[in-house]
Amino acid sequence: MANSKRDPLESLKQFTPARIGVGRTGTRPLTKDVLQFRTDHAAAVDSVYGTVPEKILSEFNLFSVATQVESMEHYLKRPDYGRLLADEAKSILQKSCLQAPDVQVVVSDGLSAKAIEENLSDVYPALIDSLDSYNLKIGTSFFVKGGRVACMDEIGEILKPKALVLLIGERPGLMSAESMSAYMCYQPGKGKKESDRMVISNIHKRGTPPIEAAAHIGTLIDKMIQQQMSGVHLVI
Amino acid sequence: MYKTTTLLGETFSFHSLKEIMAKANEERSGDELAGISASSMKERMAAKQVLADLTLSEIRNYPLLSPDEDNISELIENQLEAAVYEIIKNWTVAELREYILSDQHVSDDLLTLSQGLSSEMIAATAKIMSNLDLIQAASKIEVQTTCQTTIGQKGVLASRAQPNHPSDNIKGMRASLYEALSYGIGDAVIGINPVIDTTDNIYTLLHETKNMINEWSIPTQNCVLSHVTSQMRAIEKGAPADLIFQSLAGTEAGNDSFGISLPMLDEATALIQEKGTAAGPNRWYFETGQGSELSSEAHYGIDQVTLEARCYGLARHYQPFIVNTVVGFIGPEYLYNSKQVLRAGLEDHFMGKMHGLPMGVDVCYTNHMDADQNDMDNLSMLLGTAGVNFVIGVPMADDCMLNYQSLSYHDIATVRQVLGQTPAPLFAQWLEEQGITQNGRFTSKAGDPTIFMNLT
Repeated sequence: MANSKRDPLESLKQFTPARIGVGRTGTRPLTKDVLQFRTDHAAAVDSVYGTVPEKILSEFNLFSVATQVESMEHYLKRPDYGRLLADEAKSILQKSCLQAPDVQVVVSDGLSAKAIEENLSDVYPALIDSLDSYNLKIGTSFFVKGGRVACMDEIGEILKPKALVLLIGERPGLMSAESMSAYMCYQPGKGKKESDRMVISNIHKRGTPPIEAAAHIGTLIDKMIQQQMSGVHLVI
Repeated sequence: MYKTTTLLGETFSFHSLKEIMAKANEERSGDELAGISASSMKERMAAKQVLADLTLSEIRNYPLLSPDEDNISELIENQLEAAVYEIIKNWTVAELREYILSDQHVSDDLLTLSQGLSSEMIAATAKIMSNLDLIQAASKIEVQTTCQTTIGQKGVLASRAQPNHPSDNIKGMRASLYEALSYGIGDAVIGINPVIDTTDNIYTLLHETKNMINEWSIPTQNCVLSHVTSQMRAIEKGAPADLIFQSLAGTEAGNDSFGISLPMLDEATALIQEKGTAAGPNRWYFETGQGSELSSEAHYGIDQVTLEARCYGLARHYQPFIVNTVVGFIGPEYLYNSKQVLRAGLEDHFMGKMHGLPMGVDVCYTNHMDADQNDMDNLSMLLGTAGVNFVIGVPMADDCMLNYQSLSYHDIATVRQVLGQTPAPLFAQWLEEQGITQNGRFTSKAGDPTIFMNLT
């Protein structure tokens, strides 16, 4: 604390990521702080309305299917449509995917395309390695555009995996617009409750590190398959 | 109930009060999601016209949710003051609107009237009021409440300091609170949203917030906004709490999904009256917000404005110190854009005041809504003119724990300055004593959080 006397404001600011010690002109904030705040908001909004670059998906051989969502506005207003696959998507999955794997990996933009763009290259290969290390039979991975978390259930009905991992963009905050979550469920399908799903959230470079998250997902999936369950009763 | 009306040559029929109430709402995504909204602008206006002609007794006699089925309905029904209701029962909703807006009727008249009004009647009125009606009506109603200090006086704009931290770090919360105090924020309450909802953590946070208040003799009250049961356990262990907090829903099933019941709220009331650290008599802090019943599938096909009013019917039973709607927090599937949030903020504030509640608003939005900080600038000014009891402030409007945006400490100071409003009297005096203001104006110390540091 030697320099706290020299710079008391800096010593206060070190304790919180909150935007304190910003000063004022009259009752208003200074220009640089106002513009920084608006810039962070702009990044968050852009990540909601962005799209995941095709290049990233093809890098990992992920083909795309759609939900019943028709537009971003529709996605935001009607979460129920983001839980249901488009009719065409169902037949594509049936044709293109391995049936009844141990684990199915699905990627979706959700509320932040940027989260997938920034984190997939780190998380996806590490996740596959981790699942491989448990000798699990991995299904055919794919991307769902406009998905909600509960789209896991319909995918589960079609492909019958023992366990499913959904990597999905989180609602962006101003601190991070590129945060991803991994939702996991044992035997996803109709009637599954929120409490049956498990989640690792806040996956990004300054949050839960992507590589660490991938290893952790692998461990959880292995335990789910061994204990034949997911949710609060899973012994970790 | 079956009503039909012809509007511009087109006939519209409505098969229940529930349908009329839903279709009379201004457009909002939550009613669309529930599948109960008007299908055209004309149908919306037809519903408003039908609603305007209903009498208050019709609204009472056709319950949207039977008191036998739902204890919030029962509680609202039992609240009605028969002597007042008898006088007004044959009024139409249109006449009720005009009574409320008439120059002849001042705050006391409206608060007396309130005793004979159910939450559904108040919601019905809001549905046929314009935004400026909602502002005008609310601005007439003065609701003062006292916990450790008193707020709600005409000309006072109080504020909650919300110094949250992403890991409940006490030094971080202190730093954020110092910033708040230096802008004159925190007179309604110093209220923390904890990350960790355990008894021990709530106990610690209640102690810490109380310490901060005692250290600087701040004339305000403390609160930790966890689930009511964990606050109760902490208070029973001796934690100092001026206020006890809970989020409310407008149906029994909605409250059940929040993990609360009326007996639990009664028990909490008794506990805070016995062990609370404030002088009182008002010791509750409630939060509400349109859409929560739909999100927990506890809405019974009732529209979100009416359900929100029912939260206020529940709240007034407990004579709270403060109530606020967290208007833009719930997300775009309930309130899609700034126009809908702005309308809901004005509706909620009016409906709360019309229930006789000390109504505040968390003027806020999330990043997936079609809204930005300019919209919050607008809504805060509108609510300021409407006489809102308090608003919520976080550093530069960015809550680093809850990941949404509210008002900044600067914003609240600005609304006060532009509208000529002051902090609560004792707090305003304290700001003078600390040298943060002089004759109500900021001094050079204002905005400098380091004035509260103990540099040892």
